[in-house]
Amino acid sequence: MVNAAEYEDRPWLDPEAEPFIKVQSVSKQFGDFTAVDSVDLEIYKGELFCLLGGSGCGKSTLLRMLAGFETPSSGSILIDGVNMNDVPPYERPVNMMFQSYALFPHMSVEKNVGYGLRRDGVAVSEIEQRVQEMLAMVELSQFAKRKPHQLSGGQKQRVALARALVKQPKVLLLDEPLGALDKRLREQTQYELMNIQEQLGVTFVVVTHDQEEAMTLSTRIAVMDTGRFQQIGTPTEIYEFPNSRLVANFIGNANMFEGRVVENGQDHVIVESRHPECNFYVDHGMSIAEGSKVWVALRPEKVMISKQQTADGNTNTVKGMVHDIGYLGGTSTYRVKVGDEHLVEITSPNQLRPKDGNPPIDWDEEVYLSWEPSSSVVLVK
Amino acid sequence: MNNGKRSIFLLSTLSFGLAFLYVPMIMLIIYSFNKSKIVAIWGGFSTKWYAVLFDSPEVWEAVALSFKIATVNACFATLLGTLAGLALVRFGRFKGRTLFSGMISAPLVMPEVITGLSLLLLFITLKEFIGWPDERGFTTITIAHITFSMAYVAVIIQSRLAGMVQDLEEAAQDLGAKPLRVLIDITLPLLAPGMVAGWLLAFTLSLDDLIIASFVTGPEAVTLPILIYSRIRLGLRPDINALATIIILVVAIGVLIAGYIMLRQQRQRELDLSMVAEEK
Repeated sequence: MVNAAEYEDRPWLDPEAEPFIKVQSVSKQFGDFTAVDSVDLEIYKGELFCLLGGSGCGKSTLLRMLAGFETPSSGSILIDGVNMNDVPPYERPVNMMFQSYALFPHMSVEKNVGYGLRRDGVAVSEIEQRVQEMLAMVELSQFAKRKPHQLSGGQKQRVALARALVKQPKVLLLDEPLGALDKRLREQTQYELMNIQEQLGVTFVVVTHDQEEAMTLSTRIAVMDTGRFQQIGTPTEIYEFPNSRLVANFIGNANMFEGRVVENGQDHVIVESRHPECNFYVDHGMSIAEGSKVWVALRPEKVMISKQQTADGNTNTVKGMVHDIGYLGGTSTYRVKVGDEHLVEITSPNQLRPKDGNPPIDWDEEVYLSWEPSSSVVLVK
Repeated sequence: MNNGKRSIFLLSTLSFGLAFLYVPMIMLIIYSFNKSKIVAIWGGFSTKWYAVLFDSPEVWEAVALSFKIATVNACFATLLGTLAGLALVRFGRFKGRTLFSGMISAPLVMPEVITGLSLLLLFITLKEFIGWPDERGFTTITIAHITFSMAYVAVIIQSRLAGMVQDLEEAAQDLGAKPLRVLIDITLPLLAPGMVAGWLLAFTLSLDDLIIASFVTGPEAVTLPILIYSRIRLGLRPDINALATIIILVVAIGVLIAGYIMLRQQRQRELDLSMVAEEK
């Protein structure tokens, strides 16, 4: 009854799919410091998987263990069913693109790209052909004879990518692949990277600290903190349904309210908050014992701001005073003072041009904030 | 006005500094063309001391010996120093690393008299117990020079390696190169400038050394510094001035060539950078 096509883009949902990379309770200690703390991870063929986290969260260490530059203190790593623990880096079916690109400065672009093939003893004519193909793919054919220091940052990045892909690895590991590029180039390269990944069908594992990069690139994201995974899921899952305050704050912005569950219904929960005084009616399925202390996360773009009162009572609505306005052209960000000190951030699209019948919201004006029952998320940790 | 004052001040400082460095050498060059036999009294222009110099075989023997020692020393010191530098930087925290890295730099700070004396004692003891070296000379001087100049090479290699990103070696491994292959393909080519610098330094140190060489040499082996020193003790003769002038000339030419090569590389780098910038 399982429809294969149904899972084509989401192999992690397919109960019969075999993970391509299996990380089984892997830990890594450096002296007293635990960089990676007993993590489990399954990555499927063709995924573009992101390890996301701040510096020192263990993401790079995990990537280096996949590449073979570090050996796990305990646990095991399987790639395509083979235990990699005792396999040295030069025999693993993976290639890595380094954050520094690590291009060999004394070799030309084509020698750099062909290095891996030469080490494998591929015939000279084939090396030439495959290098040419790779350079054509990253649009660097005319730079083949150049040395790395004669290239710009973006060109270097593409050489590094070509060099890592030319051996047709089973898995490509990318350490902050866009970190060294400026913003405009980064956006453009991001899409190029996705196209190449789709074209070749290679499994990508990307390490990044940039949440936007992770959101656009990946099929799934693992948010890491202090050596553990906080949440693993698709970009949408992680953004819309974070499982902790840490994840909610790390990915995008979130207004956080502390409260107590006062009603645990069949299809909803009601959380009562003191600061500000309002009730959150949350309608998506979760069951939390009445009386327990929880947090409610509310994304800035999911709050509606209006000068007219739109709903009665104090459920899913609250009154406040405009404290700050940031006009960003397409959108505006309002910081609204609710209660004595609590500031709520709201992002709202500027759909209408301000005119007489539609006066803009101004500083120190009284406004009403409201949100849908499905907009907020209840977090227990 | 202020500017003009300052530039006069800077100009005089510069000329004084340069004079301090070069007037002695210029004096020496001028006096090498002195006709008089007494070094410090000008007796007219002459090139006869150069003729005398070219006619004295012991001078050329000393030059040949010094160059032979310097060359062999530089090669061995570079080899051993590179290995030591690699071990210190790349093999992580092995047992006794601190001790080893301290010991490698000891010869740099040790007074040469002590190094010379201890090596002499070593050679004498060795001869007594194993009968080697049976005669002090070329071999003992070379060994002595290797022991201290390899320390300099190790320090150069160490600093070069520390500045080199380890990513490059890891990238090579990642692309399928076994450790020995990485050393040959990546590490050594990138270390080459450091090794050349180390070789040149070891060569110069050896050519220059008087103290250690006089401790460990025998009656047969006279290096250039030993020769010059003994000549001076016997009384200055203008042919030494001629020899010194030739040495200064050789060194100056060497420095000029090195400077020219460096300037050309610098220009090339700037050209490359501007090319990259234009394409953007």
